[in-house]
Amino acid sequence: MNANAGNLEVLESALLADIAASADEQAIEAVRIAALGKKGSVSELLKTLGAMTAEERQVQGPAINGLKNRVTEALAARKAELKNAAVAARLIAETVDVTLPVRQSPAERGRIHPISQVIDEIAAIFGDMGFAIAEGPDIETDHYNFTALNFPVGHPAREMHDTFFLQAAEGNEARLLRTHTSPVQIRTMEVQKPPIRIVIPGKTYRMDSDATHTPMFHQLEGLVIDRTANVANMRWVLEEFCKAFFEVPSLKMRFRPSFFPFTEPSLEVDIQCDRSRPGEVRFGEGNDWMEILGCGMVHPNVLRAGGLDPDEYQGFAWGMGIDRIAMLKYGMPDLRAFFDADVRWLSHYGFRPLDMPTLFGGLST
Amino acid sequence: MKFTLSWLKDHLDTDATLDEIVERLTSIGLEVEAVDDKAALKPFVIAKVLTAAKHPDADKLQVLSVDIGSGTPVQVVCGAPNARAGLIGAFAAPGTYVPGIDVTLSVGKIRGVESHGMMCSERELELSDEHNGIIDLPQNAPVGTSFAAYAHLDDPVIEINLTPNHPEATGVYGIARDLAASGLGKLKTAPVEPVAGKGATPIKVRIEAPDLCRVFALRLVRNVKNGPSPKWLQQRLMAIGLRPINALVDMTNYITFDRGRPLHVFDAAKVAGDLVVRRGKEGESVLALDGRTYSVTPDMCIIADDNGVESIAGVMGGEHSGCDENTTDVLIEAAVWEPLTVARTGRTLGIITDARYRNERGIDPAFNTPGIELATRMVLDLCGGEPTEIEVSGETGFTPKVVSFPVSEVKRLTGIEVPKAESLDILTRLGFVVKGDGDVVEVAVPSWRPDVDGKADLVEEVMRIHGVDEIRPQPLSSHGVVNGKILTTLQIRTRAAKRALAVRGMMEAVTWSFIPAKHAELFGGGQQHLKLANPIAADMSDMRPSLLPGLVAAAQRNADRGFGDVALFEVSGAYEGDTPETQRRVAAGVRRGTAKLDGSGRHWAGNAQGVGVFDAKADAIAVLEACGAPVDRLQIETGAPSWYHPGRSGVIKLGPKVVLGHFGEFHPSALEVLDASGPLCGFEVFVDAIPEPKAKPTRTKPKLELSAFQAVKRDFAFVVDKTVEAGTLTRAALAADKKLITGVSVFDVFEGAALGAGKKSIAIEIAIQPVEKTLTDEDFEALARRVVENVAKQTGGVLRT
Repeated sequence: MNANAGNLEVLESALLADIAASADEQAIEAVRIAALGKKGSVSELLKTLGAMTAEERQVQGPAINGLKNRVTEALAARKAELKNAAVAARLIAETVDVTLPVRQSPAERGRIHPISQVIDEIAAIFGDMGFAIAEGPDIETDHYNFTALNFPVGHPAREMHDTFFLQAAEGNEARLLRTHTSPVQIRTMEVQKPPIRIVIPGKTYRMDSDATHTPMFHQLEGLVIDRTANVANMRWVLEEFCKAFFEVPSLKMRFRPSFFPFTEPSLEVDIQCDRSRPGEVRFGEGNDWMEILGCGMVHPNVLRAGGLDPDEYQGFAWGMGIDRIAMLKYGMPDLRAFFDADVRWLSHYGFRPLDMPTLFGGLST
Repeated sequence: MKFTLSWLKDHLDTDATLDEIVERLTSIGLEVEAVDDKAALKPFVIAKVLTAAKHPDADKLQVLSVDIGSGTPVQVVCGAPNARAGLIGAFAAPGTYVPGIDVTLSVGKIRGVESHGMMCSERELELSDEHNGIIDLPQNAPVGTSFAAYAHLDDPVIEINLTPNHPEATGVYGIARDLAASGLGKLKTAPVEPVAGKGATPIKVRIEAPDLCRVFALRLVRNVKNGPSPKWLQQRLMAIGLRPINALVDMTNYITFDRGRPLHVFDAAKVAGDLVVRRGKEGESVLALDGRTYSVTPDMCIIADDNGVESIAGVMGGEHSGCDENTTDVLIEAAVWEPLTVARTGRTLGIITDARYRNERGIDPAFNTPGIELATRMVLDLCGGEPTEIEVSGETGFTPKVVSFPVSEVKRLTGIEVPKAESLDILTRLGFVVKGDGDVVEVAVPSWRPDVDGKADLVEEVMRIHGVDEIRPQPLSSHGVVNGKILTTLQIRTRAAKRALAVRGMMEAVTWSFIPAKHAELFGGGQQHLKLANPIAADMSDMRPSLLPGLVAAAQRNADRGFGDVALFEVSGAYEGDTPETQRRVAAGVRRGTAKLDGSGRHWAGNAQGVGVFDAKADAIAVLEACGAPVDRLQIETGAPSWYHPGRSGVIKLGPKVVLGHFGEFHPSALEVLDASGPLCGFEVFVDAIPEPKAKPTRTKPKLELSAFQAVKRDFAFVVDKTVEAGTLTRAALAADKKLITGVSVFDVFEGAALGAGKKSIAIEIAIQPVEKTLTDEDFEALARRVVENVAKQTGGVLRT
């Protein structure tokens, strides 16, 4: 008995030592087979139970089964230990330097030109006021660009000093590059009965080239025609627009009588600003005035040219430089840079493609 | 238009301050551009030199003791040769900014002697170029008082930026009338009194071009004594930037500004025979008063005598017959010229004068003879002499325009309620003559307002005088519905294309609509009717037929600055013709260097390769997707336009006729013309060619059918002729079973000797989605057979074994 019990102890410590010494899955499997396999040392001992007397079995049974359980447990524990070690080793092996830079996402690199962005801002504001966006061709006729807009014959704007003309085929009237977006007023009146509420962003051209003038620039025209629209309504529309565009809660505006061939009465509009900080203009504060747009009641002759009776319909129109208000709002100093496609300028002054101006999200935030 | 405050007050009786006047001018439409209140001259005081002693250490300097009126004389070191005891001059104390030397004075030591200020020369005060000595005033000049006030230099100068519709405000008198009408004072000018003349003017006038000259008046004043004009007159002219010349010339300038009535004076002794008003003749020229010779043309109006052209009508007089100190008999001319001719002549000859400024706006025809009378009076006052009777040629009368004016128009157009009496009173104060007292009155327009010809003009007059600030903002009434689409499909697509390309790492450029002729020609443009007649520069001569030349040039400019990896796009107009219909809306882009979608340049995880045709193709398709084009029905074909590499470019079509765009690398000879280099690819998508989306009765999306059976993939590799396009092969595979095959992708293409000459291998992966049952091996075999057969039929390809 004692000897037997002593044998079991010897066997157990030998097996546990083998398990502990197993360095990998394979070695541990070999120990398992040697102990618990068909012919394993523990299996052989279990087989001896059948030949024992009941009394002997009562003693030996628990002893041998106890041995089997302890060995089985030790095997599982060692196996788990080895697996954890293997995972740990793999994780160490797979470790990388996470400070290595990743490539910038294309959406972070791409840019929307300030002109497009500002046109989207304008569309958001006027869309909310019930205006549609209208467009028209860059190449115009004298009729749409001048005559229908009440420019008298011989007006200086009609000369080659001011306006780009295309070469006329023999016997044809020379076409021209529109000098303002106002021809779209006439084109719209021709196809749409009032009420008309449109804004017209687009390219315009004049024979000018210096730091603040480029031969091509962008204008925003607005036109409202119905049976009641008046100067007071125009003031409201323009004040609402300027506040929304410059994103200030209030803004003083000064309306001054002026002159344009296509409006009567005509007004020029200054907005309140503070130019005391170099390179920066703040709107809605300060004591300075800055001219921002021209406007007026649509001239009766223009309404007539659009096929409308000026005693039945009336309305107002305005025009402003998109490039100019973009420069003012975003502090871009040089107009010429708008058209140079310098990627450093575009990257700095351009807008991220997913920054879409909305009124619900704020135009530029 | 410039004038001084005291000048204005010659015509306007007012207590208003300078600020009030300036503000009112702007608010009634006479925009004040600049005000010089002469504050810079305020610190200078009249001072008397008490003693002058030689500077101990400098030969040319003196040490002065100066009485500045404060009781305590100050010590001043002075280098002026005329500095002496007893001299009275203009003194600047320390702290004063001296404009002529651009220095703010401080107490300083000059060669060891302290100097507490400065006695100034005229140049130092920017009064003239005089710098030979300090200002030397008469002995009765009051010491200690303002020098500027004493010398009448404190008269503020106001400059108005005049719009073309206010010819009356080219004269101080007209401005005063506007201010008086607005309630800021009373007009006090006496009417012009005629000056009796003796005998007829011996020189006659013949108007041969009555369409260019409405009326011409002439008067001779004999035995005048010309010379410098009086100081008050010189000062007024200098204050507004004019140089005094002699009394006769200064008189014409004065009346030009005082009344908006330009005049011309001829030295009668230098005029040969009678004067003729006619068109210029080719080959004629005139030496003008500015010392330059101008050629005149039949488009211009001139005044000639027997010697030839003496004056360019309404623009500038001639040097030959001009008045100088020796003039004894002066001919005074006042005429009304056709404004457009004056304007065009001035522009053509590049002459800007005060006469042109007024004549091109339109001169009051009723003030022609009064203008001569006023001039005669002034000549007699300044130079003496005996006038003849006035000789007038042309149209002497004036019939005013009469406008039928419903007074309610004021409210209709402006939204302000101005009482009828006030409206009519404003018009009357401005010189309009109102007849009738009903709702509609007859308003006669004064002779000095040629711009007014309709009721809207009268509304403007009432509005500007009543006050624009009185008009309170009034909301536009809402249309009463939630707005539908604000943008047209084309506008939405334009916007979508921009954002889609920017999201792909490209930067939006805005390039010129006009490009060099050789670039335009290369891209199919350059037609005569798309060439500018007057380009601003030789390389901005032709309307662009394509956005690509501008973008390629822009990419190259960036490369030349050291930024070679650039991706640029533009969505804008290209001009196939000169009509609205032929202005296309194009989305175009170029990539240069290694500016790939994922990034450019070297990177530890793998360097970006040079850009190529497939980068451009991906961009083009991204635009089409963003614009909602039916991308699953696009056909990609070869045959892109000539500026592309013929073997590395494609055309994107929808059906046989609709071309939606092109893409590819550029033809080497195109790059040569564009003066560009490097890996470059580009695309153009015709946004306006994408069909409008079909109107749908509902926004409900079709039901989503999800198969319960596992999707599987099978690979095939085909050997085909090199000329076979992958697109044909994938279409053939897809068509083998439209129900089960949901997708075909190309995962390998290679050519090798083992395949045989002129052959290539295309490997495809076919996605199969069983819909009714799990497919058996037999099913798969049958499907594979159909794929192989259809590919063989369409392409001649055989399964690679």
